[in-house]
Amino acid sequence: MALEKISSVVGQAVHVPGNDIDTDRIIPARFMKCVTFDGLGEYLFYDVRKDADGHDRAHPLNDERFKQATILLTGANFGCGSSREHAPQAIQKYGFRGIVAENFAEIFFGNCTTLGIPCAVATRADIARIAAAVAADPTTEVTIDVEAQQVRFGAETLPAEIRGSARDGLLNGRWDAIAELHEGVPQVRETAARLPYMAV
Amino acid sequence: MAKSLFEKVWDAHAVRTLANGQTQLLIGTHLIHEVTSPQAFGMLRDLNLPVLMPTRTFATVDHIVPTDEFAEPYRDPLAQAMMDELRRNCAENNITFFDRGTGKQGIVHIVGPEQGITQPGTTIACGDSHTSTHGAFGAIAFGIGTTQIRDVLATQTMALGKLKVRRIEVNGTLPPGVYAKDVILHIIAQLGVNGGTGFAYEYAGSVFDNFSMEERMTVCNMSIEGGARVGYVNPDQTTVDYLEGRPYSPTGDDWPAAVARWLGFASDPGCHYDDVVVIDAAQIAPSVTWGINPGQGISIEQSIPDPALATSEDEKASIEEALEYMKLTPGAPIKGTPINVAFLGSCTNGRLSDFQEVARVIAGHKVAAGVKAIAVPGSQIVAAQCEKLGIDKVLTEAGFEWRAAGCSMCLAMNPDKLIGDQLCASSSNRNFKGRQGSTTGRTVLMSPVMVAAAAITGQVSDAREVFATGRN
Repeated sequence: MALEKISSVVGQAVHVPGNDIDTDRIIPARFMKCVTFDGLGEYLFYDVRKDADGHDRAHPLNDERFKQATILLTGANFGCGSSREHAPQAIQKYGFRGIVAENFAEIFFGNCTTLGIPCAVATRADIARIAAAVAADPTTEVTIDVEAQQVRFGAETLPAEIRGSARDGLLNGRWDAIAELHEGVPQVRETAARLPYMAV
Repeated sequence: MAKSLFEKVWDAHAVRTLANGQTQLLIGTHLIHEVTSPQAFGMLRDLNLPVLMPTRTFATVDHIVPTDEFAEPYRDPLAQAMMDELRRNCAENNITFFDRGTGKQGIVHIVGPEQGITQPGTTIACGDSHTSTHGAFGAIAFGIGTTQIRDVLATQTMALGKLKVRRIEVNGTLPPGVYAKDVILHIIAQLGVNGGTGFAYEYAGSVFDNFSMEERMTVCNMSIEGGARVGYVNPDQTTVDYLEGRPYSPTGDDWPAAVARWLGFASDPGCHYDDVVVIDAAQIAPSVTWGINPGQGISIEQSIPDPALATSEDEKASIEEALEYMKLTPGAPIKGTPINVAFLGSCTNGRLSDFQEVARVIAGHKVAAGVKAIAVPGSQIVAAQCEKLGIDKVLTEAGFEWRAAGCSMCLAMNPDKLIGDQLCASSSNRNFKGRQGSTTGRTVLMSPVMVAAAAITGQVSDAREVFATGRN
């Protein structure tokens, strides 16, 4: 199963500010009553984007200027809480290809990586600079350079860390581990045979 | 060389190093439920891969089950579809399913331990962040996403980077009326909601030595609320005693061998920890949250934070956002905040000892007028145990509704939901915006006995005053 090598993501960006944005906020639990991930994109951030009658609230994703965005800029501890992969699935199906945040919650980071969504870590000040440029001109082209671990826009180049194993996976087209894990099955059986509880 | 439990379990389950530097880690025990697994089975079908070791996956249904309805089809066709899909996937792949008809169904993190499936020195994964619960037994238990569920089904492994280990020692004796829930709320408030990112938490010290397995589970359960994907307690005689005679526990000659092996997984004296935090048990008080994440907690005696007194712009903004949502007044005491709903249950506090302790203190009291109070056992076995002891009667006489096992109002993927901006005194684990099923609903997390006190007074209360009693 050949996977795309993701060395960079290029596109417009939108800033969804806030710290500790949890996966319940990203995709409310009631939208998880489904047996496939299809269609989750339209429910991304639903309860902060829509009022009780389903009308748009003031939210960056409802702003026409940012409808083309494929890069999400946000704050600290993004994706905390529930392990639901529905959250990164909704982000991807909405159209996002990369995320820049101050830092990410552990399980969310892994879930994004295995879907091929680069999660880049930048400082608050740098995220604010990107956000300011995007606010001034929503058509600003932003690049998450996975290889160089940078975010670029206009004439600016800012450092943006992508953790080692995730970066390797994205760059080498092995961000989804299934093929490599499957190759290891004979060794898996050997390891399991050494563990008495696995015999049950 | 001295090793921590985490290292020993990791080393015993490490299959090989992957090209990206991560470890292919054997997952000995895989638990699944209806919400996060159907897509994984779909992916397997797309890849034309079988389940590699069907006897090492166990299923139950918990998130979507109605707690007031047993007959199928359920009123909610989406819930029924998820139920049907899990049944089909388990049947087609020969996976043991603790369905509602078995009498063993319940919240996945309650079922695993009570069946004896959760054992020391094992690796466990489940598509649910509260999988850290199982660490109470000295297992390394990971909450995972759906793609990783696929990986575990297909290969019984997943790709993982090694975590650092932080030992959290709680020493001394907890004051009367302070419970395991207060310990973990205190830890999260102290270390922050993302303080544990990249760490496994090893809980230790005299408080944990003296805790029952159920108390240890309550603490490990909420590790992820502090950012730690894994939390564990070293196995000891308490662990062994809990597991003896459980359906999946070893028997006969296998039992003493298993016990010896299990105890050998405990962290060695002098092993390396990446960080150590020491907490004095005497400083922990009955705790409640006031905000919109589990780290926004205070003791019942404290006042709601004032953003004007915040020490950083960040803190000020987060207090303001939380108080606006919670409709609470800065600087006011949290005690006395009116409640509308009281919820007893969840994978954090839905076990026998939780209901036993509530029944002990609540007998003779009545739920305040206007408060909706529900008690939801974490499993059918917990329900049966409570009913045998008459705990259900004590609770219903006090004014609680006694429901069937499930996740219920912890996350409201079922008919149990807050309405409008109702405020819920809840023994669950998350107070996120909208968590309990209403986009404006408000959650105040606390121990089960504090929920009982709030139910009786109709307001957030100090259970030590309401019941004029303390810990057993």
